[in-house]
Amino acid sequence: MTTVNRLILQNGRLLDPVTGVDAKGDLWVEDGVIVPAQKEIPENSEVYDVHGKWIVPGLIDMHVHLREPGEEYKETIKSGTRAAAAGGFTAVACMPNTTPVNDCASVTQFITKAATREGSARVYPVGAISKGSKGAGLAEYGELRQAGAVAVSDDGLPVLDSQLMRRAMQYAGSHDLLVISHSEEMALSRNGSMNEGVVSTRLGLRGIPAAAEAIMVYREIALAELTGQRIHIAHVSTGAAAELIAQAKARGVRVTAETAPHYFTLTDEAVGDYNTNAKMNPPLRTEKDRQAIRKGLQDGTFDAIATDHAPHSVLEKELEFDRAANGVIGLETSLSLSLALVRDGVIGALRMVELMSSAPARILQVEGGTIAQGNVADITVIDPEKRYVFTEDSILSKGKNSPFLDWELQGKAVLTVMGGRITHNELT
Amino acid sequence: MSTKNVKDAYQFKHKHILGIEQLSVADIFHILDTAISFKEISSRSIKKVPTLKGKTIINFFFEPSTRTRLSFEIAAKRMSADTFNIAASTSSATKGETLIDTARNLQAMNPDTIIVRHGSSGAPGLLARHVEASIINAGDGTHEHPSQALLDMMTVREHRGTVEGLKIAIVGDIAHSRVAHSDILGFTKLGAEVRVAGPETFMVPGLDALGARVCGSIVEAVTDADVVMALRIQRERQDDPLIPSLREYSQFYGINHNLLQKHARPDVLVMHPGPINRGVEMNPDVADGKGSVILEQVTNGVAVRMALLYLVMGREGGRG
Repeated sequence: MTTVNRLILQNGRLLDPVTGVDAKGDLWVEDGVIVPAQKEIPENSEVYDVHGKWIVPGLIDMHVHLREPGEEYKETIKSGTRAAAAGGFTAVACMPNTTPVNDCASVTQFITKAATREGSARVYPVGAISKGSKGAGLAEYGELRQAGAVAVSDDGLPVLDSQLMRRAMQYAGSHDLLVISHSEEMALSRNGSMNEGVVSTRLGLRGIPAAAEAIMVYREIALAELTGQRIHIAHVSTGAAAELIAQAKARGVRVTAETAPHYFTLTDEAVGDYNTNAKMNPPLRTEKDRQAIRKGLQDGTFDAIATDHAPHSVLEKELEFDRAANGVIGLETSLSLSLALVRDGVIGALRMVELMSSAPARILQVEGGTIAQGNVADITVIDPEKRYVFTEDSILSKGKNSPFLDWELQGKAVLTVMGGRITHNELT
Repeated sequence: MSTKNVKDAYQFKHKHILGIEQLSVADIFHILDTAISFKEISSRSIKKVPTLKGKTIINFFFEPSTRTRLSFEIAAKRMSADTFNIAASTSSATKGETLIDTARNLQAMNPDTIIVRHGSSGAPGLLARHVEASIINAGDGTHEHPSQALLDMMTVREHRGTVEGLKIAIVGDIAHSRVAHSDILGFTKLGAEVRVAGPETFMVPGLDALGARVCGSIVEAVTDADVVMALRIQRERQDDPLIPSLREYSQFYGINHNLLQKHARPDVLVMHPGPINRGVEMNPDVADGKGSVILEQVTNGVAVRMALLYLVMGREGGRG
């Protein structure tokens, strides 16, 4: 990790969804800010020729689990942000299901301080919707906001009480906080360990029907309409939910949504022979859902690609499938898998950058998301051609629980710059 | 190549018996033929052969079981193997040990075969990846129960000479039945038409993809059926109410004499993996009637399990 006063990236393809720029050019950074290019290169400049590579606003992952405090054996703020930087991310929003739950200022401050001290990416804490994420009684949003929280969510669990969710949206609105919904009707998903369908029947595993997601997504939309407040739907996995979101957006509901690379890349077939690295919640769905998710990324139904990076140790994964923990890591594969969408012609390069950077910045109302002059120098340089095999040894996250282990991937972040500071460098 | 040569060329290559899914038609026939050759041993006055003498077999049952465990144990002892039983309540699982650690510890005692019953689907496969011993699945979650399906196939084949072309109706709690799962895979592999029926709450998606014909009514399922198999209502495994009452179930889905007489073939075989809830899924007039082969299933269970033990342990040259 190095800090340079002046960083010059030459001959790259500049991509900025905020200004609409998609052109070849140079990018100059001085004292952590993007500045106009000059004719002469001053001394003490760090110069990179990034011909053939993309220069984009630093990627922002609005849904990760950093596990600290409480489960540092799975991940820490240090290791998680290190993995983020390697994946091209300059900022992440971390979910509150730590131990203790991030439902008060002291936990939020613990996270922001640790991130400032040892983080390789900006960390935006997400506070809990309810105290202890127990689904009863609102957490103290004003205090959470003051301490640095950018959103609230009981992620990992749905808010089952509809009245509480309504109050959460209203009260969060008063404190300008985003509410992020983990949409799951628990009565339908209880004891399920994968998507309900042909594969679950073949494997004899209890299934989670797609309706478990759609029902709760519809409730959130109805509550957003009732309250007039914003709602963000996390990790959408089904075509049914995507359709509900598209309809709600069309009639002006203030709803935004994210999906994750595993949902547009894999189907429930990936569970294969009880591979617990393909176990997550919501579960991998069918090919029809996968196609619907890809279409939703194309047509604007989805605002963001987030990873739901959920590191676990072998203690939680080397178990019987129905007893294994839900979740997969994603920070270090998200960009490569999203670039595949561009190569497949599903989305354009600018749209991909919007999904992975500009839109998350806009939704969370945080800095970044653009490389326009005068903005903070959060920058990612992407080599869209670079091929590599994603191996366990190469993973910087403490969690190795990825369904993409040993996949050959194409496209990678080769330089990550946060506030002018290089946090990941494969160029030298 | 003549049929005989093809048969001679066949070799059973499975180290583990994890499910019917992994077995080919040739494997199934070979197991059934082997079982038939072993069946006679059980009718001798001295019911013991030295075939597996010196072999160690562990019965590792994480779920309660009486008949399957006993059937495997008798099968092992009739072939002179040494058997040891571990139940979930006495294993270290209750002390928090993981399945893999338990398996590694068992492996350290060098057993030849571990017979596993487990509440989690896929658990025997997980063990197979972590131990050297052969693993035989004695029922995992709602996934498979291969030895039961093999004894069912053996029983039908003995009575009908063949399985191909038969119509086999399976009635009841298909969703929670690993027996139904293995039976669907096995019987369809051998060319039978397998029909499943029961209230919709007992069904799961994708049964047709497994090869079954999903019937809208029990009458449709048993019409012209060669075999009617009722499944036990697994009251202990239902954490949400799937049927309003046993009384209503027996009225609409119970197998009774009138139903069979009216719709099934006159020589229909009546089967049940047991234990029966008499008067619920099957009336006594059917369970004890002339077409019932329920007790033969139990007898054949020992023969099939002898064959499986012989085949998995014999494959390393330890036959004889």
